[in-house]
Amino acid sequence: MNAALPILAGFLAIALLLGVLAQRGRSVGLEQWSVGGRGFGTLFVFLLMAGEIYTTFTFLGGSGWAYGRGAPAFYILGYGAIAYSLSYFLLPAIWSYATAHRLHSQADFFAHRYASPALGVLVALVSVAAMTFYLVLQLKGLGIIVSETSYGAVAPATAVWIGVAALVVYVVVSGVHGSAWTAVLKDVLILAVAVGLGVWLPYHWHGGLRPMFEAIERAKPGFLTLPAKGMSPTWFVSTVLLSAAGFYTWPHAFAAAFTARNADVFRRNAVVMPLYQLVLLFILLAGFAAVLPVPGLTGAQADLSLLRLAKLSFAPWLVGIIGGAGVLTALVPGSMLLVTMATVIAKSVLRPLAPGLDDRAMGLAARALVPGIALVAAWLALHGGEALVPLLLMGYNLVTQLFPSLVLGLGERPRATRQGAFAGIVAGVLTVILQTRSGLTLARVFPGWPAAVTDLNVGVVALAANVAVLALVSALTRRRS
Amino acid sequence: MSVRPHHGLAALPAAAIAIGVPFANRVHAYVLGLPFLLFWMLACVVLTSVVMAIVGALDRREAARRTPPPERAPRG
Repeated sequence: MNAALPILAGFLAIALLLGVLAQRGRSVGLEQWSVGGRGFGTLFVFLLMAGEIYTTFTFLGGSGWAYGRGAPAFYILGYGAIAYSLSYFLLPAIWSYATAHRLHSQADFFAHRYASPALGVLVALVSVAAMTFYLVLQLKGLGIIVSETSYGAVAPATAVWIGVAALVVYVVVSGVHGSAWTAVLKDVLILAVAVGLGVWLPYHWHGGLRPMFEAIERAKPGFLTLPAKGMSPTWFVSTVLLSAAGFYTWPHAFAAAFTARNADVFRRNAVVMPLYQLVLLFILLAGFAAVLPVPGLTGAQADLSLLRLAKLSFAPWLVGIIGGAGVLTALVPGSMLLVTMATVIAKSVLRPLAPGLDDRAMGLAARALVPGIALVAAWLALHGGEALVPLLLMGYNLVTQLFPSLVLGLGERPRATRQGAFAGIVAGVLTVILQTRSGLTLARVFPGWPAAVTDLNVGVVALAANVAVLALVSALTRRRS
Repeated sequence: MSVRPHHGLAALPAAAIAIGVPFANRVHAYVLGLPFLLFWMLACVVLTSVVMAIVGALDRREAARRTPPPERAPRG
């Protein structure tokens, strides 16, 4: 038994306590459980949205990619910033429409906007599939954190199960309110831990930033620039733009937008959020600091680099605090994902089947779905060998397929027909699945083409197919009606 | 909210990444101890915040101009 484990358990206990306390005196209806009665101001919405952005992915995946891949990891700094500039225009429009029509979820939004329940069900299915990847990622992160900070006392599989249990209890008890309060705690902690690690580790191991990067460049020439092939500038730019487009098509980001009191909240956040994004720099620096002292972690193992270096550098109690911060970065987004998935399934699948249910019954039904979803995600987390970043990119490729119909649906009147939106999304998702199952890349289909074209993120191809089909079907169906 | 010319400013950070990255990737220098590409991405993030603050300020000024304060409204 070491000092790290009790500290980690303490963090779990605090998160649960905050969740239970937040729930006292609230009604159990779906509106309150999933969108907090739409009464959150700038700070809370900011923290909820930030809570989803600074996840296990950034904590372990970001540092893991800096450690394992080098310069390509810089992409995680870029897409958030672009997404925030987009959010200034996108979120107020979504918020006004959703509030005016009392909508709870992204699927509601599409179904209502295009007057097509079938489109709502399709969006619900696509978004739940994409969120599953994200949730699996959080659980894998939880497993890594608990097993690493226990110095091997808890096996990764056991750690995943502990994390799932905590997550389910937390979500069933408190819904979105618990997320908001724990988000406050988590954000303070992750800020301190990230800045502390990012500043201290490079100085401790290398005597400064520039000496660290020069030493890395000597040991691995070209590690700090993008390669000419593969993860080239073409891959980098297309991935940044694609991820920016997908940023707010994540249903949980959408749902966090619903909790705002008014639309100005988002316009202010568009200025503050990019600065908050700078925290990612410190996470990247911590990942680079691990390159030379912790050699030899390859593939998915690279996600362990940050915690391995922390264990080399600090006493167990401090490793416990770092792990505790990590646990919260998985719990907060994980709970938000679970709430959103349960709401989406309850509203878009259950309600059409049983239209007689009232808000209270729907709220209870959504809670009942939580353990089932968590079990599926836990099973997937235990049976896949992927690293964290590829998991997220897969989720992004799927969820970005909702972007064209979302943007075209925001004007006075939708600029695509419901058939066009439906066919476009189906075409995009099929392309993603086909590419993933067959492992086909542009470079393999067109071996003679220059890398500047074939390195495009495969999600771009799916998005192009989506837009082409959407335009064609919209033109055909509009003429007929 | 209708689209105004100054909303084009919001596209600057995206352009700085899409057009700038292939060039920034060829610069082998350290700024603030960071490899140039990393520094460039950081600068793009700060640029986003600045640009969105300007866009927000211009939008608020325009909104204020369109709805004059009640005491100055002409009496009918």
